[in-house]
Amino acid sequence: MVVGSVAAIGAGLAAIGAGIGIGQIGKGAVEGIARQPEAANEIRSNMIVAAAFVEAVALFAVVVALLGNG
Amino acid sequence: MSFLRIKTLLVAGFSLIAVLSVTNSFANENANEGVKEAAKKQEGSFNVTETILEHIKDDHSWHLWGDKSIHLPVILKTSKGFEVFSSEKLVDEHHEPVVYKGNFDYKLIEGKTKIVDASGNVDKEASKQLWDLSITKNVASLFVSVFILLVVLLSSAAAYKKTGVKTAPKGLQSFMEPIILFVRDEVAVPNIGAKKAGKYMPFLLTIFFLILTNNFLGLIPFFPGGANVSGNIAFTMTLAVCVFIVVNLSANKSYWEHIFWMPGMHWSMKLFLAPIELIGVFTKPISLMIRLFANITAGHILVLSLICLIFIFKTVFASAIAVPFAVFIGMIELLVAFLQAFIFTMLAAMYIGMATEEHHHEGHAEAAHH
Repeated sequence: MVVGSVAAIGAGLAAIGAGIGIGQIGKGAVEGIARQPEAANEIRSNMIVAAAFVEAVALFAVVVALLGNG
Repeated sequence: MSFLRIKTLLVAGFSLIAVLSVTNSFANENANEGVKEAAKKQEGSFNVTETILEHIKDDHSWHLWGDKSIHLPVILKTSKGFEVFSSEKLVDEHHEPVVYKGNFDYKLIEGKTKIVDASGNVDKEASKQLWDLSITKNVASLFVSVFILLVVLLSSAAAYKKTGVKTAPKGLQSFMEPIILFVRDEVAVPNIGAKKAGKYMPFLLTIFFLILTNNFLGLIPFFPGGANVSGNIAFTMTLAVCVFIVVNLSANKSYWEHIFWMPGMHWSMKLFLAPIELIGVFTKPISLMIRLFANITAGHILVLSLICLIFIFKTVFASAIAVPFAVFIGMIELLVAFLQAFIFTMLAAMYIGMATEEHHHEGHAEAAHH
């Protein structure tokens, strides 16, 4: 029971971290596109790659939480 | 511009319809199974974790509808040679594992085939000799995706052979051409460079289409799809190992120099950086492996847990919330299915680009250092 709750807290913390990270990336990308609409495509693909890196860290945490739970 | 917008709208509309039909039938199918399970263990409460894990893990049978399913062949290699039998013989009518007497006595222990002795205990010595080469649900699904890929890609390749590249593409060819050009112009060329990109295009296109097809097949909840292939860590590991081999075999001298003896640094810093860079060689493919596995598995778990809400609350009215949310997540999953194929290919191309890059700044760095 305790293990499950700790895993849930861990997953939640990872979600907070990833949320902040992806929020920053989205903010930066939207600002960049607003300033330079002609570079939108390039900014978007770079944003997706950066978001994938951040997301991966959160998903590592999810995997760890799952393993810890089972 | 306006034409582009209409096209985007059309694509969005079609995907909405596709997702609606797909996710609804998914809900129905799931509901049937859930009801059956609930009936089976009436007094026991509904176990969410067990139900979800049962749906995302590999299996010896492929569920069709109701109580119909395909029993896939079990292929075992033991010390007495090969043995093939239907997986139907490993379970009874209540899907509980039973002992099958072949060359040895086989039984499924936690989803894995093991050799058991007369009293039903696992024979560890004999089980070590056991190689399970069964065609499981994932393997069968992989065959399906390979078949689809061969039909689609070989037919469009044949069209190019017949008419050449000068004429306008037709049929499937015109569907495939923009995707292949996308991989070349957005993924391969910017990361590897126009000169060397051609050499790696076959590899990049192979991993891109293989991941894409398996991701989409995984989102189809009924027969030809439904297996969680790209959410299987063995599958993603195989892909990551392929990337690892290609990257390291195509690496040039300056790549290895940057790993073991970083130019332009003090020697103590070089010693400090070498082990870190060496670890980086291995963490890159490992992160590729875990990213794809975790993204796809997390998506499946999300949809399944939303559907499971209906059985947790034990009322059909929960579906008013659960089904629209599952549709919403399903649409996001369509995006993720494409995005993960793109990211995997993109990062593979990036690593290849890093490994084959020609460095011209060594002279400047050395000059700055002295």
